[in-house]
Amino acid sequence: MKPPRIRWHILVFLAPALLVYTTIMIFPLFNTLRLALFDEVDQARVFVGLDNFRTLFGDPRWSASFWNALGNNFWFFVIHMLVQNPIGILLAAILSHPRLRFAALYRTAIFVPTILSFVIVGFAWKLILSPIWGIAPEMMDSVGLGDFFQPWLGLEGTALTTLALISVWQFVGIPLMLIYAALLSIPEEILEAGECDGITGAAAFWKIKLPLILPSIGIISILTFVGNFNAFDLIYAAQGALAGPDFSTDILGTFMYRTFFGFQLQLGDPHMGSAIASAMFAIILIGVCIYLFGIQTRLRRYQF
Amino acid sequence: MRLSKLGAGLLATTILGASAASAQDVTLTIESWRNDDLVLWQDVIIPAFEAQHPGINVEFTPSAPAEYNAVLNSKLDAGSAGDLITCRPFDASLALYENGHLADLSDLDAMGNFSPVAQSAWQTDDGSATFCVPMASVIHGFIYNAEAFRELGLEEPETVDDFFAVLDAIAEDGGYIPMAMGTADQWEAATMGYNNIGPNYWQGEEGRLGLIAGEQSLTDEQWVAPFRQLARWGDYLGRGFQAQTYPDSQNLFTLGRAAIYPAGSWEITGFNAQADFEMGAFPPPVPNDGDECYISDHTDIAIGLNAASPNAEAARSFLEWVGSEEFATIYANALPGFFSLSDFSVEMEDPLAQEFVSWREECQSTIRSTYQILSRGTPNLENETWNASAQVIRGAEAPEDAATRLQEGLASWYAPQQ
Repeated sequence: MKPPRIRWHILVFLAPALLVYTTIMIFPLFNTLRLALFDEVDQARVFVGLDNFRTLFGDPRWSASFWNALGNNFWFFVIHMLVQNPIGILLAAILSHPRLRFAALYRTAIFVPTILSFVIVGFAWKLILSPIWGIAPEMMDSVGLGDFFQPWLGLEGTALTTLALISVWQFVGIPLMLIYAALLSIPEEILEAGECDGITGAAAFWKIKLPLILPSIGIISILTFVGNFNAFDLIYAAQGALAGPDFSTDILGTFMYRTFFGFQLQLGDPHMGSAIASAMFAIILIGVCIYLFGIQTRLRRYQF
Repeated sequence: MRLSKLGAGLLATTILGASAASAQDVTLTIESWRNDDLVLWQDVIIPAFEAQHPGINVEFTPSAPAEYNAVLNSKLDAGSAGDLITCRPFDASLALYENGHLADLSDLDAMGNFSPVAQSAWQTDDGSATFCVPMASVIHGFIYNAEAFRELGLEEPETVDDFFAVLDAIAEDGGYIPMAMGTADQWEAATMGYNNIGPNYWQGEEGRLGLIAGEQSLTDEQWVAPFRQLARWGDYLGRGFQAQTYPDSQNLFTLGRAAIYPAGSWEITGFNAQADFEMGAFPPPVPNDGDECYISDHTDIAIGLNAASPNAEAARSFLEWVGSEEFATIYANALPGFFSLSDFSVEMEDPLAQEFVSWREECQSTIRSTYQILSRGTPNLENETWNASAQVIRGAEAPEDAATRLQEGLASWYAPQQ
């Protein structure tokens, strides 16, 4: 028996990506986890074990901020799941209708916000919703709804939901595109076979197309989850690092940023910041594991 | 970089002759957050210095204000920071000094031109070392639309009751928003609200030092009363003030849509350029007729020496010049609203700036209550005060509750308050 030949070309082709990914992703990740176990005492870095996490979850102030941010983050995610993804699926279903005219135009128009920078989106919506210069108050006035206008971004009860909906507006193109691609890949024969059995129109969508795009919906859900729990930019661009009013729009990303880099007179604390970043990593890891082992393995896939 | 300063270079050569660009030239780089002042430094301040100091070139390289502290810290750690460092007041700069990034400047001759209060923002807690040369302070008060006041027959209010009478009169007329301020960015509520009107209640330095010493508490009447006044402000701010940002407020005022603007004197330059109506200013109204008045005359900006600078000698001669009367005059007139902290009596031409600085004669000066020592811990008193002031103005929190919350937060880490 010959010893198996080492296939060098595999190593060579893997090396660049592996190297880049290790230096800019894996190493910083583990370094952050490590940093969370240290603290600065008298300008020297000392190992403190899990003390930072004890402070984060045990100290009433820290834990109140943390749970507030986590709760807000969940609400942010829930809005995306309840609004963004159903709308994305609906739009994809409409767009994939063979008799729809200008489908490419709609597709592009809906996808364009996705490639805009968060800063532009945050700023544009702040202006649109501004009670002073915004077009929203006048538009609502012109249809007789002027009395219902509120400075939504400035009110504790509505600011987070408003921001979540802005984010939905920005990113609805992603589920749209993924579902659209999945819908297009469904062979005509299956739909025609369904027609022969009398399944047409809406019934065809619910009974044939939806089961076939479920894996895509699963992927979208997990992308939404990871994206939302890593979110930071939009809140920072629209509300600033203090995530006002009264921290009602504070999510884990802004909480971590404030702690890590400091804010105004608050000096940065890289160690507590790393502890929060580690907690974020754990939350996302748990979420992804639940999906991978609890849901994805149970999804039925069809081969055509 | 040197090529990009061709214009300044040409100017220098015309004055100094062709020998100016010889090989012994030292180039000093200034780190700053004042990117608004770039033109002023390049066209006025630096040429004035270079004319007297051949062989020293100065470059002003500012970064964005919100990023300055983080950018500066990374540059200092990496050893790539400029020779001269613009200093934030109190703890941010103190930390730089303690980490060995800023040199001790106590022995600089120019330090004699500054009072101990002016130096206090850039000293160690025991006052033994001063590490930045004070440049300017900003004064708080209210700027108003003088034409609107004339039109409505109003006068500058002296007392708090007068103040609300004026606001009521403007509200009743309906032509103007009584006061331009929003709570979206939060800091105006604390800086132009609480710390603007507060010193009249806590009697300036007496209250501020009492709080630091632990003799006074944030739940004492003199610290809660400013919140009570702020709670009444909400009714006089424009519709939707909850989502109104700082630039929104500035524009509302300079477009002539609002009559009164709770201000810091740094607004003067911008307002002079934007507003086409006559403006006036009044200091924060006192609670009762005849009370002594107090103003927030906040030490805001200074400049220090990077301890790792290879050009320390040249940098020191620049710092000596920053402490001189010539610099004080140039700076105060080029940037009306940034008032010299030196003991020289500086002549200023801008009427609004003159009005602001005249309050130093009538009233006692103090600095913002939260800046020295009290914002060292977590929760940070300054940041909490932003939140509390905004909450009180929005009516989301009662003045007493806000004060109690601040006191509990402070007492949780600050020993003299425990």
